[in-house]
Amino acid sequence: MSVRSSSTILKPKGGAGTVPNWTSYCFSLAAENSFDDISNKVVADFGCGCGTLGAAAALLGAEQVIGIDIDSQSLGIASMNAENLELDIDFVQCDISNLGWRGQIVDTVVMNPPFGTRKKGADIDFLFVALKVASEAVYSLHKTSTRDHVKRAALRDLNASSAEVLCELRFDVPQLYKFHKKKEVDIAVDLWRFVPKRSRGENINVGVRCPLD
Amino acid sequence: MRLLTHNILSSNIKGVTNGFPLGIEVEKVVEKQVEINHDFLRNIFPKIDWKAFSDASKIMGYVELPEEAPEPSVLDSDLDFLRKFHHALLELHLEEGALVCPQTGRKFPVNKGIPNMLLHEDEV
Repeated sequence: MSVRSSSTILKPKGGAGTVPNWTSYCFSLAAENSFDDISNKVVADFGCGCGTLGAAAALLGAEQVIGIDIDSQSLGIASMNAENLELDIDFVQCDISNLGWRGQIVDTVVMNPPFGTRKKGADIDFLFVALKVASEAVYSLHKTSTRDHVKRAALRDLNASSAEVLCELRFDVPQLYKFHKKKEVDIAVDLWRFVPKRSRGENINVGVRCPLD
Repeated sequence: MRLLTHNILSSNIKGVTNGFPLGIEVEKVVEKQVEINHDFLRNIFPKIDWKAFSDASKIMGYVELPEEAPEPSVLDSDLDFLRKFHHALLELHLEEGALVCPQTGRKFPVNKGIPNMLLHEDEV
């Protein structure tokens, strides 16, 4: 399934971070129509930023959402957003690569990971952790240009039993961060659904750097 | 931070082998009511580390939970238990305080309900 929208629909409305509201909408369509990964489940939002994806999951009926991010300012905004929407979301400030996490209580991980423009492979590092934490499914966004690489990494190295592109999205990213070189850029992004292989031990201590190139 | 989250988090300091459960220092607990979902409680019950959960709830000021995990069949019939389970798991929030690494004693501060698990350079 491939969804391309014209750029007029793509402009993010307010909010912060680089996840336009309609991306959350697409997530919700994908999750609810095809798979039973969100309602009544425990959902973790990795690199939650201002909490858009976690909020979408909560609005879709996730029983409990836990948002994790490294940045206190984003978490402050995420907390306020959740409160304004009257959603129950727990937030944890943590570096994903150093996550101390027990077992597989979390059913589904949703994430819009950093794409790896500043730190190469950052999105794969996130996927590495997500596939260890989730017991049912991981929904994640990665640049379309890295599609083959992501699929290979997930299936061969990261213990995914399946890796499927649900839809392809295009959006404009305005110049938000100092490391963004252009005023605005139009990029194509895949929404993936990964399923982890059944596993393993009780404690997951992700202190090791993901062993991929 | 709810006790559900506390039941998942563990100490992530380098070299720590026994980082779960984190100790809790309470400065402020807030109660926020949420609607009870019996199916969710039945599904999550087998995944909860009961001892860690019941100890934590006592520290948070709630003493109604049994020490030992009851038989799963209790979840089908005992509404009173379900209510207590729900309350302790999802309605008690540690707003201010700290989580404590059980092995090193290192404190992770909790402010406005958000635990800060960021490590210092020598802990990574």
